[in-house]
Amino acid sequence: MFLALVLPNAALIVAFAYRPVIENIRYSLLNWTLGSPNATFVGLGNYVTFFTSSSSAEILWTTLVFTVVTVGGSMVLGLLIALALNRRVPGTGVARAAVFSPYVLSGVGVGLVWLFVFDPSIGVLGAVLRAVGASTPDFFNDPTLSLVMICVVYVWKNMGYAAVIYLAGLQSIPRDLLEASALDGASASRTFFKVVLPLLSPVTFFLIVTSALNSLQAFDLIRIMTPLGRGTTTLIYEAYLQAFGASNRAGYSAAVSTILFALLVVFTLVQLRWMERRVHYA
Amino acid sequence: MSTVDLPAPPRRALSARSLLDAVTSAYVPLLVAVLVVLFPLLWMTLSSFKPLTEIITQTPALLPQAPTTENYATVAERLPFARVFANSVLVTAVGAAIKVALAVFTAYGLVFVRFPLKNWIFAALLVTLMVPPQVALLPNYTLITALGGADTYWGIILPGLGTAFGTFLLRQHFRTLPPSLLEAAELDGAGHWRRLTRVVLPVSAPTVATVALITIVYEWNDYLWPLVIISQPDMMTLPVGLTLLANVDNRAAAYGQLMAGSVAVIVPVLIVFVALQRHIIAGLTQGAVKD
Repeated sequence: MFLALVLPNAALIVAFAYRPVIENIRYSLLNWTLGSPNATFVGLGNYVTFFTSSSSAEILWTTLVFTVVTVGGSMVLGLLIALALNRRVPGTGVARAAVFSPYVLSGVGVGLVWLFVFDPSIGVLGAVLRAVGASTPDFFNDPTLSLVMICVVYVWKNMGYAAVIYLAGLQSIPRDLLEASALDGASASRTFFKVVLPLLSPVTFFLIVTSALNSLQAFDLIRIMTPLGRGTTTLIYEAYLQAFGASNRAGYSAAVSTILFALLVVFTLVQLRWMERRVHYA
Repeated sequence: MSTVDLPAPPRRALSARSLLDAVTSAYVPLLVAVLVVLFPLLWMTLSSFKPLTEIITQTPALLPQAPTTENYATVAERLPFARVFANSVLVTAVGAAIKVALAVFTAYGLVFVRFPLKNWIFAALLVTLMVPPQVALLPNYTLITALGGADTYWGIILPGLGTAFGTFLLRQHFRTLPPSLLEAAELDGAGHWRRLTRVVLPVSAPTVATVALITIVYEWNDYLWPLVIISQPDMMTLPVGLTLLANVDNRAAAYGQLMAGSVAVIVPVLIVFVALQRHIIAGLTQGAVKD
């Protein structure tokens, strides 16, 4: 009975999640063009190529900048929104839902909408900037500005998630603790930095890890907004471009995604260890 | 000590200071945040009804001056639009239905059926939450194309069916059900199927609905896998069809169509979200909030 219930799901997971991880490592040891019947074994050659090429340094740097900026941006804005939501004045329920909503929307649809906003020649952002006398930055052709654009949209889409998680954290802080701090004559900012922020540190840690995991896997926005990946090629996008772009270098792509996978495993293990600690000692 | 008369706390609504405080520390930042979030969505919707001359302009107006549905008509010319929309509905409905059923069965088995090493099996399922779809992309692509699944519905749906997330949420919920509930049914001679459908599912409807909602939204937005496994426009889902739509030489002239396409992929989810946001937010943030 147990097997009848669990086996279909378990078999699918083995076939389409476990098997591919192993298979992907095998691919990463091959010099293999996608679609070709021939592949030659090159050992760690693909990894050597990756770690010795200058474009890889740029890709790792882009990945780091994108991850740090989007994680930091979503969390800081999320916390600010959560603090406002925590005032519990009428209307915060609607605001909470509105701010969260982009998180559930299609990255492709969202990306297209923001392309229109950011368009250097006819975008509404440019029109606003011209109205205040500034020039329109070329978000589409300047690699640095392209990365800025992707980061802004990503933060826009994800800050509501951080806000809702932080709000739950804020609501679990006992009121009398804050009142005691206020009675001691602490200013609001002192209370925030000395009492609230330390009490939120488990939430902050959780958000850093989960948000970093998500940012490292961000694909939809990059693919639809900057298909060529100039200035916006992160590890995952490099893996995609190598296999499904012009060159079809499947073996090399597998090596890149194996490196990404190793990174994700490290982050997940950190998260699991922390969750375990919390369950036992919190 | 004898009782002390504490001064009654001031009623918030009547105090001018607390009102001002609420405005500056809550309403102003929230208004800014909500406007920043909603403006692009509003801009998308309004722009999708603008004629070309109002799209290609350096001084755009918020409202369409001469509203038109021509963008939607053009999208329908460039893509088999009804078909693409129907593909998305079909893939989402079938994929989500199977996924939720598998999650229910798996969670029921893990909680209510005696079997050795259940916790290990659950752990092995959970580990897959850590396997990002991207890492499985090439091997699954190779396997599915070899089986003839490129440009087919089953090819889109099959690799994503195994589910750890829904199993996890449902297992957590099933464990909170009182054992007496099932013992009574067992004494009445009810088998597992009856216990599941007559006892467990009826009292778990909200959780099952939450899992279903999140799965539906996920399937509807899913992009990377359909993008690589589908190349014929007739088989495309909405996000993939939009990618084709965006792939033009003169994008400026296509923005109206792209906004119409974005409306098609975004607005259905937005409607579901507005109606059921409490359940969706709770389900998506469960792992973090619940402790």
